[in-house]
Amino acid sequence: MGTNVMPSGEELLRFLPEMILAIFAVLVMLWESRHDEHGERPGMPAFALIGLGLAAAASIVAGAAPGYAFRNMLVVDSFATFFRLLLMGIGAMAVMTASPFLRARKAEGGEYYSLILLSLIGQSLMAASNELIMVFIGIEISSISSYVLAGYLKDDKRVNESALKYFLLGSFATGFLLYGVSWIYGLTGSTNLNEIASILGNADIAPDAVLTGAATALILAGLCFKVSAFPFQSWAPDVYQGAATPVGAFLSAAPKAAAFATLLRVFLTAFDPMADRWLPLLIVVALLTMVIGNLAALWQTDVKRILGYSSIANAGYVLVAVAAHSTLGISAVLFYLAAYSVMNFGAFAVVSLREETELKDFEGLAKRQPATAALMTVFMASLIGLPMTAGFFGKFYIFQSAIDAELYWLAGLGLLTSAVAAFYYLRVIAAMYMKPSPEGAPEMAVPAASQQAVMFVAAALTIGFGIFPGWLLDWATRSSGLLR
Amino acid sequence: MYLLIALFLPLVVFLACLTALRKSQQMAFTASLFAAGVSLLASLAMIPEVMQNPTKLSQATSVNWIPYPPIHFSVGVDGLSLWLIAVTALLTVVAVVMSSGRDSMFLGWLLLLEAGIVGVFAAQDLFLFFVFFELTLLPVLFLMGQYGKDSGKATSMGATIKFFVFTFAGSVLMLAAMTYLFLKAGTFDYQNILLQVQAGSFRLSPAEQMPLFLAFFLAFAVKTPLFPFHAWQADAYATAPSPLGIVMAGLMGKLGTYGLLRFCLPLFPNAARECAGWINGLAILAILYGALVAIVQPNIKRLLAFSSLSHLGFVVLGIFSFHINGLDGAAYQMVCHAVTTGALFVLAGVLEERKGSCEISAFGGLASRTPWLATTFLIAALASSGLPALNNFVGEYLILQGAAFAGFGYAAAAGIGVILSAVYLLWMYQRTFLGPNPDEATADLSTQEAIAIGPLIVLMIWMGVSSGNFLPVQSAVNQKILQQTKMNVEFRVAAPVAAEAVHGN
Repeated sequence: MGTNVMPSGEELLRFLPEMILAIFAVLVMLWESRHDEHGERPGMPAFALIGLGLAAAASIVAGAAPGYAFRNMLVVDSFATFFRLLLMGIGAMAVMTASPFLRARKAEGGEYYSLILLSLIGQSLMAASNELIMVFIGIEISSISSYVLAGYLKDDKRVNESALKYFLLGSFATGFLLYGVSWIYGLTGSTNLNEIASILGNADIAPDAVLTGAATALILAGLCFKVSAFPFQSWAPDVYQGAATPVGAFLSAAPKAAAFATLLRVFLTAFDPMADRWLPLLIVVALLTMVIGNLAALWQTDVKRILGYSSIANAGYVLVAVAAHSTLGISAVLFYLAAYSVMNFGAFAVVSLREETELKDFEGLAKRQPATAALMTVFMASLIGLPMTAGFFGKFYIFQSAIDAELYWLAGLGLLTSAVAAFYYLRVIAAMYMKPSPEGAPEMAVPAASQQAVMFVAAALTIGFGIFPGWLLDWATRSSGLLR
Repeated sequence: MYLLIALFLPLVVFLACLTALRKSQQMAFTASLFAAGVSLLASLAMIPEVMQNPTKLSQATSVNWIPYPPIHFSVGVDGLSLWLIAVTALLTVVAVVMSSGRDSMFLGWLLLLEAGIVGVFAAQDLFLFFVFFELTLLPVLFLMGQYGKDSGKATSMGATIKFFVFTFAGSVLMLAAMTYLFLKAGTFDYQNILLQVQAGSFRLSPAEQMPLFLAFFLAFAVKTPLFPFHAWQADAYATAPSPLGIVMAGLMGKLGTYGLLRFCLPLFPNAARECAGWINGLAILAILYGALVAIVQPNIKRLLAFSSLSHLGFVVLGIFSFHINGLDGAAYQMVCHAVTTGALFVLAGVLEERKGSCEISAFGGLASRTPWLATTFLIAALASSGLPALNNFVGEYLILQGAAFAGFGYAAAAGIGVILSAVYLLWMYQRTFLGPNPDEATADLSTQEAIAIGPLIVLMIWMGVSSGNFLPVQSAVNQKILQQTKMNVEFRVAAPVAAEAVHGN
């Protein structure tokens, strides 16, 4: 690396997406302050979208020349580029869903967009970090913005509860992670993923296996919290339900995707030499996450809570593919995260159209608003995993990788829990189509153009990837090679 | 080409019904009738080609669908699927005719169901088969959930969810088993896998076969349904709107038995033979239990549901007899049962429309005022109970013969089921149509209803007296399947069956 301190232009290019996001996060705030505090303040979502678009473009340019940056602290490979683009897409959906939502509640402020962009900086860093300290910094940037986002509608009691819960439990989990990182540093003398891997892989200099195992478990615990995996899953439904709906949608997609990116990179790079130690643990975690998420969702009567538990169960599916510990598994993870982000965001976007999110408020929706009900049905069908939807292929690829890795029991039990899951998604469809409209049923807000765009694009992608998954899978497969 | 028409025309009209024709019910009806009719003609047009060489795949089309894992849109027809596709198209026409007053969405879903079922019978790629197999759930979900009628304690919503979750849960493990086969054989293409088996380059050890077989079996047993997986059936049949009942009772069960015959036997012969004992036991239980419960049902549709449970037990028994007569009988009975049950559900729908319910106690003495209704009902009921010269007799006779080769006890026990079926059907007929108090108010079959039921009655008689027109193409495929069950077997089959194939006409 040499001794010069100034980063080269190439290195700066690899960091360009984050820099663009940071600049636009500030610009949005400045733009807001130009306007009267109580008047209309148009243009903020447009600013955010431009920033996201530029960051996505920068990610593509940077991804064309894979390599390291800042003394091996960052690594920009096709894997990181996949996640960066996915995150920008999620960010764009979060901006477009939220803008009419917040305007209707007279709560649109520049800080919302700013926080979304800042949070994405952290997540983008997580996907590209090659260094445990960078992982920690990325998680913190992402988390702190997320905590504030969760409490965004601050006059609502439930929102406050959600934010506080998220903050307290999240900080606790980050503590676990940091503790694990410090142990690893003490044991190996390094925080660089490649160096850790080479030390752990060399039997002559490898530190005590029990201590490394414990440190690995601490890091795994921290990441399990972020992906809402068992036994650190209980916060997810409360937070997603309490937070404003577009925020819940964002929180259930972006931080999770980034946490999975980190999980894959850290465990398949640094801790790969001791895979036979953490794989059994991961298998158990994956199984219990699926079981608990799917069973707990059966009794929920609030659509947002159903989606919250569903996000736990879906994290379990993804963990199955991680536990497959193969290139096939990584590409399945990437495919599923993309598919899940789209269908889940679509479902949240529909839910965001109304104030009340009880299941009974959806009764008879098909009669009143057939188009919205049909869109929701597409997302539910995809979450169930019916053929011709993205969710079906996502699940298929995940369980294919598990069977390929000879995890037959895990695949079988996982598939069975996913069949149980059909029940609670069906309840949403049943409420919309098979129950009469109750007296004085609340009207759903007519979706604004940007919300409609999100819903229709999400539905089109859900069905599109369900009929022609080849393109996305191809991209996911090309992105599954980690730069080690 | 004909097959693609039969498969895609309903899909196109389904999409049209959901979008452009949504508001114009009359147009949607015309379009649906056209699509169903053309599909029927297309499926009939396939007959000559299949007749020429029933074991070869006719109308074969294979298009790359997904590059990796390599999944092909691969469809084709052979002697086993030919009549099943034709009867699917026929029953859809009947169902469309019977739903003339329904809205566009209803007709659209019916057509999607047709496309799904035809797809299952035509798919030559395991993955594609699974896609169609699951796709049939979607139209049923909406048809039954939205248009169903609560029947007694069973709500249509509850029945729908029960049906969906049961069959969905049953089939997910099949996907895992298919994936395993793919990873082992390198392809989802069924013909290719069979060729590999034939060439000896692909072998599944008995230890591998068992879990795979059970995963497939579970999916098909729930769909058929086979005792004890039938919990969803009675509620579903009783609450389904009549046109859906025609297709569902007539055809959906066949998806299961077709799968058993088409996939389970050739792919996992060791496991299938090993399990044949208890599966035949379950089949006998289904036959007897279904028949006994049918006797006491107070509702015509529920009675028909348990009658289906009983009759499909025969089909399973025939398949797992591992004798050519049993297989032929099973294949024949699948088509016969579709025709007969379809007809009975048409008539049950007619009765329900007249009286607003299917409770047997609501009827009595209909025959004097409704001679056509009564006669057709009697013919269908007699066919269903296995009267010689009507269609079901041929199938059931062959099955009993095949079962007797597998073990005489099976045939004897199943024979009791035939007697019981006469009891519940004729007793139901007596309570509904005969009786001291003639029913003056109920109208006879309308022209439209007569058009719907006519072809089915003709087929019942035709298939009963002239099975030689239908059976040989099925039998040729069954011979091949039986041959295949001996190929993948690692141990020698104990007693090679000596008896010559005897056909039942």
